Amino acid sequence: MQIGPGETLDAAAALEALGLDHRERVRAGLAAALLRREGQRAAFDTVFDLYFPLAVGAPEGVRDLPVDAPAAWREQLAGLRDRLADALAADDRAALARLAAEAVSVLGRYGAPGSASDGWSAHQTLDRLQPQILLARVLAAIRAGQGGGGGQAPGQGQGQGGGQGSAGLRRAGEGFTERIEADEIRDRIEQFRRQVGNEARRRVAELRGTDVIARRAVAASPDQVDFLVAGRDQLAQLRRTVQPLSRKLATRLAARRRRAQHGRIDLRRTLRRSLSTGGVPLRPVYRRRNPGRPELVLLCDVSGSVAGFANFTMLLVQALRDQFSKVRVFAFVNRTDEVTDLVTAGRADPAGLGSRILAEAEVTGWDGSSDYGAALGGFADRFLGAVGPRTSVLILGDARTNGRDPNPAALARIAARARRTYWLNPEPRELWSTGDSVAGEYARQVDMLPCRNVRQLGEIVAKLLPV
Amino acid sequence: MAAQGEHVTGTGFFTSVDDVSVRLAEVGYLASTAVATTVFLADRLGKPLLVEGPAGVGKTELAKAVAAIGGARLVRLQCYEGVDESRALYEWNHAKQLLRITAGRDESWDEARTDIFSEEFLLPRPLLTAIRGDQPTVLLIDETDKADVEVEGLLLEVLSDFQVTVPELGTITATRRPFVLLTSNATRELSEALRRRCLFLHIDFPDQELEQRIVRLKVPGLDAVLAESLVRVVGALRAMELRKAPSVAETIDWARTLLALGAETLDEAVVRDSLGVILKHQDDVLKAGSKLRLDAVVPAP
Repeated sequence: MQIGPGETLDAAAALEALGLDHRERVRAGLAAALLRREGQRAAFDTVFDLYFPLAVGAPEGVRDLPVDAPAAWREQLAGLRDRLADALAADDRAALARLAAEAVSVLGRYGAPGSASDGWSAHQTLDRLQPQILLARVLAAIRAGQGGGGGQAPGQGQGQGGGQGSAGLRRAGEGFTERIEADEIRDRIEQFRRQVGNEARRRVAELRGTDVIARRAVAASPDQVDFLVAGRDQLAQLRRTVQPLSRKLATRLAARRRRAQHGRIDLRRTLRRSLSTGGVPLRPVYRRRNPGRPELVLLCDVSGSVAGFANFTMLLVQALRDQFSKVRVFAFVNRTDEVTDLVTAGRADPAGLGSRILAEAEVTGWDGSSDYGAALGGFADRFLGAVGPRTSVLILGDARTNGRDPNPAALARIAARARRTYWLNPEPRELWSTGDSVAGEYARQVDMLPCRNVRQLGEIVAKLLPV
Repeated sequence: MAAQGEHVTGTGFFTSVDDVSVRLAEVGYLASTAVATTVFLADRLGKPLLVEGPAGVGKTELAKAVAAIGGARLVRLQCYEGVDESRALYEWNHAKQLLRITAGRDESWDEARTDIFSEEFLLPRPLLTAIRGDQPTVLLIDETDKADVEVEGLLLEVLSDFQVTVPELGTITATRRPFVLLTSNATRELSEALRRRCLFLHIDFPDQELEQRIVRLKVPGLDAVLAESLVRVVGALRAMELRKAPSVAETIDWARTLLALGAETLDEAVVRDSLGVILKHQDDVLKAGSKLRLDAVVPAP
């Protein structure tokens, strides 16, 4: 994040104007003064929670867990779960925050107190508490509350007038909204998990020093998340960044086309026009360019190790399809098959794209590991007609051949026919040509670029776009 | 500049954060903590406020509400591709200048020249309008991301020094600083220089509690229980990764629709028939339909 002295002054002025009485106002004020775009928000919140913690030390009224008394331990865990289920059912934010603090304090401790390796772990807390198993129970509790209030079966859609749920439980029965209840509870549980994470970080920060944790704990913004190590949450977030990215690229493209209009002067037409002004060329005429839209061929490794990456690229290309005159997508693990129809038909469901390709296209032979030599060879033999002088070819994969023949001659055949060929490799440059990677060998044939996150992917695709 | 004190630099519409929330609510804008805090800061520090967020969460409404509270005139610059200096800043009234020249044929050229480049022949466009004059002003620069990059350069002088330079007249500086609000849908990256001059606020979809209050406020005839279910269903739709997530404006539209339909509860038939009010793509309607199991068979009572 770029924060200069100007921002610091703003932040100080903001604090002076706001005072320090309201934590959420301080948060909003600092964010307004320091941040420049929404992507920075998650990192900011993490750091804010560390430096302006809600509480210090262990929450009140929490006793240390007697390690040598399993019965008491079980009892306390059960109690914690009961209260958590109630709080989830009532959607009581304050209670959830309190419970997160308590849970970390009771369940999250590891290492001997006072030793160099002790601390609090969110992972351990959640592992022991298992909040996700409460889903069914919370749902039952909510429905029971409704039954008590309205006394009628759900799903009938009859008006209940002002029917109220019993105390502490949310709202009276409404047939339809029950369908989304499960998702809502899942959401609340997810929120709770995040709170536990924050709390554990806060406690560790008290132990190790805030600066150390702040440096380590801050997550990257979505467009910088590494494809290969992204978690499930991050993948969903990444998918959401792809849609606006395609619009951004399209507007950038429009601007480039507009500028390109003002290119070289068309002398012949300028002179002809000058006839009407007595031979004085008052208004120059610019040479018009043919906006030749290139064709794009995508050749993607969809094997497990790089599937996420291939998915994103396909999504982006799908979104940019109208910028190219023709897009064809081929997928391979160790056999190559065309998946253009699957990619274009699946606009509504980007999440399932990868699994659909694996299920419906013939991309694997007798085993499931990727074989670049066979795949490239297969493509060169069967689909070379897809590549012409106007075609840009994008090959996606980590170039790890599992020890098989890399078959660089096939790649050379493809590259010779295409206008441009790029190989996008989701691995960092240092790892190329290590182990079973033959990246170096392929890089001699075609341009190989590292492409590890959405930002890099956007830059590369922008480069391919026609002017 | 800082030595002059807060009251000179700020616009002075508000006295505290609470004041912002209360008075915004009075004109029908329910603000979250973040919105109220940031508006107060923009007012107090006299800095422009850059508001980003999805369409339909009330970015433009916020400017209108602030203007209504401050009793200020609202000057709006709607940006679009190709908006330029003469649309944003000022223009010379050529027709009037020509008339002036023909009217005064017997005067010397020097007299005429100094005369036709005077205030009388200046056509102020939004930015200049907002800077001139003594009355309180809210300047709304809407959809800044739609304008070309060159316009951002134009905005920089206005936003940092609140002045406009007209070569023939000299520099016009604001005697009273306007409250400036820029909106953007983030279709194009705004320049770092522009961002640096502004306070930043991202307005996201409101949380359920706030959205319910908004719905109740805007559609007072709607039953409370129904309003709550409605907001929850909209929340579920937003979580579905649709092409176009329903915005607050659409929630309100939906509430009005239900009111007009006379629906008393939210059931399958009502949702299926009115889904088009909140979802704007056929793909989205299909996806939402299958996720909400709208085609599921309802067991007979």
